Amino acid sequence: MIWVAIQMLTGDRAKFFGIVFGIAFASLLIAQQSSIFCGLMLMTTSQIKDIQGADIWVMNPNVRFVDDLKPLSENDLYRVRGVPGVQWAVRLYKNLSRARLENGNFQQVILLGLDDSTFVGAPAEITMGSLADLRRPDAVFVDEAGYHLLWPGEPFQLGRTFEMNDRRAVIVGICKASRTFQTFPVVYTRYSQAVQFAPPERKVLSFVLAQPEPGLSPEEVAARITAQTGLKALSRNDFSWLTIHYYLQNTGIPMNFGITVILGFLVGSAIAGQTFYTFTIENLKQFGALKAMGVSNLGVVGMVLLQALVVSVLGYGIGVGLAAAFGQFTRNQSKLAFFMPWEVLGLTALAVLVIALLSSVLSVRRVLVLEPAIVFR
Amino acid sequence: MLQSYLQKEFLTESVARRQTPGASAVICRSVTKVFGEGETQVQALRGVDLEAPYGEMSLLVGPSGCGKTTLLSVMAGILEPTSGSVTVLGQALDQLRGQALVRFRGQNIGFIFQQYNLLPALTAAENAAIPLLIQGWSRRKAVAKAKELLDAVGVGARAHALPSQLSGGQQQRVAIARALVHEPRLLICDEPTSALDGDTGHVIMDIIRRVGVGPDRAVIVVTHDSRVFEFGDRIIHMNDGRVVKTESNGSAGPRVSVNPSPAQEILTEQARQTRGRSQ
Ligand SMILES: Nc1ncnc2c1ncn2[C@@H]1O[C@H](COP(=O)(O)OP(=O)(O)O)[C@@H](O)[C@H]1O
Ligand SMILES: [Mg+2]
Repeated sequence: MIWVAIQMLTGDRAKFFGIVFGIAFASLLIAQQSSIFCGLMLMTTSQIKDIQGADIWVMNPNVRFVDDLKPLSENDLYRVRGVPGVQWAVRLYKNLSRARLENGNFQQVILLGLDDSTFVGAPAEITMGSLADLRRPDAVFVDEAGYHLLWPGEPFQLGRTFEMNDRRAVIVGICKASRTFQTFPVVYTRYSQAVQFAPPERKVLSFVLAQPEPGLSPEEVAARITAQTGLKALSRNDFSWLTIHYYLQNTGIPMNFGITVILGFLVGSAIAGQTFYTFTIENLKQFGALKAMGVSNLGVVGMVLLQALVVSVLGYGIGVGLAAAFGQFTRNQSKLAFFMPWEVLGLTALAVLVIALLSSVLSVRRVLVLEPAIVFR
Repeated sequence: MLQSYLQKEFLTESVARRQTPGASAVICRSVTKVFGEGETQVQALRGVDLEAPYGEMSLLVGPSGCGKTTLLSVMAGILEPTSGSVTVLGQALDQLRGQALVRFRGQNIGFIFQQYNLLPALTAAENAAIPLLIQGWSRRKAVAKAKELLDAVGVGARAHALPSQLSGGQQQRVAIARALVHEPRLLICDEPTSALDGDTGHVIMDIIRRVGVGPDRAVIVVTHDSRVFEFGDRIIHMNDGRVVKTESNGSAGPRVSVNPSPAQEILTEQARQTRGRSQ
């Protein structure tokens, strides 16, 4: 009878594809929108990801996310170094600056100043040039996407200059950087150099990057730093989550995507549920005939559930597959954030399951109360 | 597999034991059926007594709305009577519950409907195989057996056609094959000819009669089509929820062809004659 159920389902191609399409559409919308959402959220933490080499970030207690810049005093660096369990601690400068190009145009940039002697937090992937060149006066690295923002359509070329705070900056290297939420170019330089690119301020230290001694967990040492200095100290992972939570709570992003996801769910449910329900209703007489001929209630319910399962699995596969293809395409083609963790697949599967259950529960009810005597009508 | 086989054997045996010689395939005693409640209540059956003997085709006739379909549904065990008793093939239906009743029906009763009720997605042979599939036969064996039946009712050549590719008469033949493929001992037909033209109706009644009636089998046909009355061994007249008259019809056509296969030649011959008559 399994075979009969499948034949019934696939016999009318148009209806069959209609149901599968509905579920595929819902899956696509849910998976795709959730993935873009996850991509955006991930993008907010891209600088934490890119700045490698230290497992603990120490910051002003009032910092709420990675782009929330509130300075520390120079003395704080030494206090962190004094905490037991801290192997070493270095400076990190991070600020927004304004680059002035030769043609007079301005461009906002993210300026990162690395510890002069260790370069902790330096870019991991260098496309052109050498890190050692950062020691030269006025030397900076720019990320690839940033270079294209500064000089659209022009090939990479070292030695080009621009100005920040009326000081000349010379590009000595090009590197890769994850796209940031603000999409500004990322400019790397030495800490001492960065300070000169910025307007003079009393306190300029943005973060202290610290490393726990071997055998100690970053969380543990971060807690010690906080306890001893009163500064906020977080592992990279915790700082990423702090940043994501900030964006979740303080921007309309989750709301917007949530609405689209819910809309996808509703529209998909409506299409799939409606077509599947109609499909069952149209087949009521066939189910009635089967019941008269000796198929039990359990048997017909099994048939309906099997049909729901088949269209759900197909629709889910197609929808998620299309979403993944879309993600692959946009990754290569455009600047859209896209990240599809297994949670997104799980969420979509859950939504499809709910759609399938909703529509088959309605259908099953009709089949259960169905009098087999209907076949004589 | 084994379990369903044993169940089948057991059921058939227990049915045979309870069956007294010469008894009727269907016995109804004071059967009533009331639909709905209060103001909208409909008294569809008002105390029906009837017997449908083995080896006979019984016709249930009467004006529209007199309760024929309701009675048929009660006899088939797909509608519970409000009161009274129904005994089918020696089995009192009110002693079967749920699953057991469904299984009894699946094994012992064949159905032919006015609207054929073939599954549009299945071929003729697959449709005819359904009762065997329900009993757990493999698809290959069931379809092979179904094809024998299709041959017997004269549509063997269309075994692979979908219902939508068949004429009404052909579809009803497929339905007959489906009703008989699992060798039920009671065949129940509701208005099997009323969607067909007169000549086709004759052919269909003839096939049902030849293939369905046997010494230990019975056929009950509901009809209001007086053109086919001649096929009945007995004609049970109903009116307003009661049996008003039962006639025996000695001149009904030849009966008893237990094995469907020899019947095929006769059928083909009959069909040819009928076609000749209509031209
Ligand atoms: N499910 C039902 N609910 C309410 N009334 C019904 C139902 N089925 C049949 N009836 C009523 O019972 C009476 C007998 O119907 P039916 O057995 O179909 O008659 P027939 O088959 O002789 O035309 C009719 O008045 C019909 O309206
Ligand atoms: Mg009727």
